[in-house]
Amino acid sequence: MRKSSPQQNRPVASMTPIHAIIAKELRSYFVSPVVYAVGAVFLLVVGLLAYLYVVFAGAQAIQLMQVQGSAQLNLNDLVFRNLFASTRFILLIILPILTMRLFAEERKLRTFEFLLTSPIGINEIVVGKFMGVFLVFLGLLGLTSLMPLMLALFSDFDWYPVLTGYLGLVLLGALFLSVGVLASALTENQIVAAFVSIGLLLVLWLLSGLGSLLGDTAIGQAVSYLSFMEHYDHLVRGLVDTKDLVYFFSALILMLFLSHRVVDSARWK
Amino acid sequence: MIEVQQITKRYGQHTALDRISFSVAKGEVLAFLGPNGAGKTTTMRILTCFMPATEGTARVAGFDCADQPMEVKRQIGYLPETPPVYQELTVTEYLTFVGRLRGLGGKTLTSSMQREIERLGLGTVQQRLIGNLSRGYRQRVGLAQALLHDPPILILDEPTVGLDPKQIIEIRELIKNLAGSHSVILSTHILPEATAVCQRVVIISGGRIVAEDTPEQLSARLRQSEKISLTLKSPAADTGSRLKAVWGVQNVFTSGDSGTYLLECELGRDVREEVARLAVASGWGLLELKAISMTLEDVFLQLTRHEEVLASAEPAGS
Repeated sequence: MRKSSPQQNRPVASMTPIHAIIAKELRSYFVSPVVYAVGAVFLLVVGLLAYLYVVFAGAQAIQLMQVQGSAQLNLNDLVFRNLFASTRFILLIILPILTMRLFAEERKLRTFEFLLTSPIGINEIVVGKFMGVFLVFLGLLGLTSLMPLMLALFSDFDWYPVLTGYLGLVLLGALFLSVGVLASALTENQIVAAFVSIGLLLVLWLLSGLGSLLGDTAIGQAVSYLSFMEHYDHLVRGLVDTKDLVYFFSALILMLFLSHRVVDSARWK
Repeated sequence: MIEVQQITKRYGQHTALDRISFSVAKGEVLAFLGPNGAGKTTTMRILTCFMPATEGTARVAGFDCADQPMEVKRQIGYLPETPPVYQELTVTEYLTFVGRLRGLGGKTLTSSMQREIERLGLGTVQQRLIGNLSRGYRQRVGLAQALLHDPPILILDEPTVGLDPKQIIEIRELIKNLAGSHSVILSTHILPEATAVCQRVVIISGGRIVAEDTPEQLSARLRQSEKISLTLKSPAADTGSRLKAVWGVQNVFTSGDSGTYLLECELGRDVREEVARLAVASGWGLLELKAISMTLEDVFLQLTRHEEVLASAEPAGS
C-alpha cells in the first residue's frame, strides 16, 4: 500500500475518469526516463542560452562603457527577447518527444482497445492525455522561471514583456503538444509520431516565411496568420492581442478535435 | 442478455463476419470455438463497442451497441487477447486506474480491488510493476481488470492462455462460479475447456457460424454414421467390396497396403460382430477391430475444415 493508499482514500467525487487519465499519464511520465532526459536537456540548453545572452549583454555593456563612459542596458531586448525566440526552437524539438508515446504506445501495447471499451468518451481520453503532458510541460517551464528571478536580483528590467513572453511560451507549448497528440494518434510507431509532429510544426513555422514572401496581400496575410510565428512574436514583444489568443485557442481546439477524429477512426481498421 | 442479429463485418474487400446471429441468456456461459482468423475477436470487438458492425444489430443487456455504447460498455467486463496492462504501473496502481475509469471510487474501489486480488491470487505481487510480472500473472491482472466493476456480462478472449495447468483449472472454476449470476462469452481453441465450463458452444469458421449447440449434442449430431476401424494382416483383393456388402455398411475406405480399413456404417447399427465373423471366415487375419467415437476435437476439425459436412449432416441428425 505504498503509494496508492492515500489516493484510494480520496472521496469519490474528486476523481472523474478524466482525472484518472491525467493521473495515470503523469505517473507513466515520471516512471519512464523520458521526462528526466527531456527535462534535463531542455533546462540545460535554456540555461546555457540564457548564460550566453547575459554574457554577450555584459560584453556589450563594457564596450559601451569604454566608448560613452556609461551604459544603459536593456535586458528585455538583449536577453529575454532572444531567449524567447530560441526557446521556441528547443520546444519544437523536445515537445514531440514528450507527446510521441501518448497514443502510439497504447496502440502498440494493445491497451488502446481497453481504453476505448471503457465507459469513457474519446474526448475525455484525448483531453486527459493532453492535460497530462501539458502539466509536465508547465512543470518544466516553471523551472526556467528561476532564471528571470535570479536576473532580477542583480539587475533591473521590465517584468511585463517577460510575463507575456511566458504566456506566449505556454500557448505555443500547448499548440505544439496538441500537434504532437494528433501525430501520436496517427501511428503506432513512436519515432514516426515524433517525426510527423516535428514535420508538421516546421511546416507551420515556414508558413510565416511563405506569408512574407507573398507580401502584404490578402493571401499573404492569411498564410502568415496560419503560422504561430507572428502571434508568438507579439506576445514576446509584450503585446497581448485578442487576435493572437484566438489563434492559439482555436488551433489547440482544432488539433484536439482532429485527434478525436483520428482516434475514433482507428477503431474501424 | 446478449442478442446478435445478422452481424456482418467487412474490412474493405475481406468479409470477416458473414451474417452471424446468436444469443446468450442471463447466467449462461457460451464458448466461441474456431481456428485463428475465424472472426472470434471481431465478434467480441463489436460486442464491446470497440468497432461498429458493417451490418446487423447487436444488443447487450437491452442496449444497442451502435446507439448506446456508453451503457453497453458499463455492463461489460472485457479481457482482450493481449492483457491490456500498463507495464510501468504496479498491480494496485493499475487496478485503481481501471476502477476510476469505470467510476468506482473510495471504499467501493478498495473493496472491489481487495476482492479481485484475493480471487485471482495476486496478493503477493500487488506492489510489483506489471512489466516485471510473468505472462500468467499479467493474464490474471487482465482478468482482475475485467471483473473489477462486477459487470453482469463478461467477454473473455482466450482467458486461459499463458497460464499453467493449475491456474487454468482455477480460472475455469472461477468462470463456472460466475455462471448463473453473470453471462459469459469466452473464446478458446482448447476444446476440453469448452466442454468443461460452457453450456453452449458456437463453432465459427471463416466468419460464419457452422454449429451451435451443447458440447454433448454437438458431437452426437455430427456422428451421422458409426465408424469402425479394421486392421487385417492379409487382406484379399476383394476384401473391400465384400466388406461393403455387409448389411449396414455404407462406405469403406482403405489406406493403401497397410491393411487398415475404415468402415462407415448406418447410425445405430453395430456391424462389428458380423465383420469379425466375415474376416475370420475369409482368413484375412483379423488384427484389430474397434469403434471410433467422435470427440469434440474431431467435430471441430471436421466442421472447420469441411463446412459442407454439417450442411449435409443436419437433415440426417434431426
